[in-house]
Amino acid sequence: MANTAHGHAAAAAGETRRDFLLHTTVAMGVVGTGMMIWPLIHSMNPAADTLSLSTTEFNLSGLTEGQRITIVWRGKPVFVAHRTPKEIEEARAVNIAELRDPQTDESRVQKGKDQFLVIEGACTHLGCIPMGVKTTEPHGDFGGWFCPCHGSHYDTSGRIRKGPAPLNLHVPPYKFTTDTTVLIG
Amino acid sequence: MSTNTSTEKSAIRKAYEWHEARLPLVNWLDHNLGTKYPVPRNLNYWWNFGAIAMFMLGVMIASGVFLAMNYTPHVSLAFDSVERIMRDVNYGWLIRYMHANGASFFFIAIYIHILRGMYYGSYKPPREVLWWMGILIYLVMMATGFLGYVLPWGQMSFWGATVITNLFSAIPWVGESIVTLLWGGFSVDNPTLNRFFALHFLLPFVIVALVFLHIWALHVPGANNPLGIDAAPSDKIPFFPYFVVKDVFGLGVFILIYFAVVFYAPNMLGHPDNYIKANPLVTPAHIVPEWYYLPFYAILRAIPDKLLGVIAMFGSILIMFVLPWLDKHPVRSANFRPVFRVFFAIWVVNAVMLGWCGSQPAEGIALILSRIGAFWYFAHLIIVLPLLSWLETPKPLPVSISQSVLKAAE
Repeated sequence: MANTAHGHAAAAAGETRRDFLLHTTVAMGVVGTGMMIWPLIHSMNPAADTLSLSTTEFNLSGLTEGQRITIVWRGKPVFVAHRTPKEIEEARAVNIAELRDPQTDESRVQKGKDQFLVIEGACTHLGCIPMGVKTTEPHGDFGGWFCPCHGSHYDTSGRIRKGPAPLNLHVPPYKFTTDTTVLIG
Repeated sequence: MSTNTSTEKSAIRKAYEWHEARLPLVNWLDHNLGTKYPVPRNLNYWWNFGAIAMFMLGVMIASGVFLAMNYTPHVSLAFDSVERIMRDVNYGWLIRYMHANGASFFFIAIYIHILRGMYYGSYKPPREVLWWMGILIYLVMMATGFLGYVLPWGQMSFWGATVITNLFSAIPWVGESIVTLLWGGFSVDNPTLNRFFALHFLLPFVIVALVFLHIWALHVPGANNPLGIDAAPSDKIPFFPYFVVKDVFGLGVFILIYFAVVFYAPNMLGHPDNYIKANPLVTPAHIVPEWYYLPFYAILRAIPDKLLGVIAMFGSILIMFVLPWLDKHPVRSANFRPVFRVFFAIWVVNAVMLGWCGSQPAEGIALILSRIGAFWYFAHLIIVLPLLSWLETPKPLPVSISQSVLKAAE
């Protein structure tokens, strides 16, 4: 930028009013572009109607001991297991420190409802549905679930025990609205 | 161009010159793909595959536009609209099979094109940026192919989309939010299919723009050649007619094979599970991606840690950006590098083996081989190539292309 005879004192230091104008204009341009891009990006996030489909109610009274079933919540499967005392015992006998994602079995079920395990049926590796709901399906090395895609084994608490998955199967937010009814979401 | 027997120019000639003076389109083409673009005289048939890949890009865009006229990107209609294309739309079966198999043959051409560049050292100075543009094209192709495979909304579409989008959940802290953003929901669902269709339509035109930059970067230094030495002007001949004819011949052979598959084995490269409509509650027992992703899928599965597996998979392609600095041997062509040539062959066989591993369940021998293969994939690039850059003694290079031709004739 040319310093004219009318240049100010700052010009001597290499800074001119034009530099100031340039920098503020670029800064405003960046902010303005960012403000325009955010609505575009955010439009890709779940829309209001998608978010509104976020609760599922389920009655547990028909679920017999040892039975596991799949219900649908937010378009994906949730496993509900009515665990046997043996399964609960196995889940609680584990040394927590040895787990990849250390969680006690107690923290994954609700107090007084220890037999009911409610977990999202999406492998924490890459999202396949683990097998093990039906008795005819493989249950993995720990009696819980087994993901066929990349070989992750989950125990009777839905915790990752072997294979590439980094985390335990997620426990969705849920509460008992009556003694036998759960509301997921 | 015209015979100047008459002193008077024809009306057509005048109109052409009038137009050319205002937009020199023919002149531009002549300089870039015609008689004024000099090319080394010794290019062999491996040099056909750039032009073949460009042709396949055209086939994909043309067939894709007509498919889009009959396709509905909605979860309840997508699968049926594809079946309608196959059964009811006039020649719909032909257009869809050309598109589905066209993707495979586009990748076949691109893989040969890439390996040709690696064998003859086309990534070495002064063609590094040309090489980068090529990798970018390949990356966008991979994205486009993946997005397109989701659109028929079969079981492999759905679960492929689930697995691939979940790769991003490996990113620490923001991974889950990114996956939700990609999905537009809490699982792969209608918003996902909708945006995948939009992006699948957009990205091929991004590829066209990148191809333009790729060819621009090619024309700055000019084409490499099988000897890998700089070609003197006297060793170059015009692109038109010499290499246009050669490319068209190679393209003809390629098209014969492509249409043999389209007509006689159109589902050979597909997966039967994709003729089952997507079911978000049932994962197929054995998920496999399309064949052209298999080596990278094998690398992903070779590593028993989610984040490291994802890093290795993306890294196996991104590392190609620094290939010109991993292999700094001054000789380009593998024809004069006997040791590199052997290692290159091993690396190619290793990549094919990884592809086989990727097609198998991740257990037993396939898992062991994929671990060895993934190790060697990187070891070749990170250890072998730099070592050879220092240690390998090349065979004597010919002084010029014509000298090597004359010697061979003796």
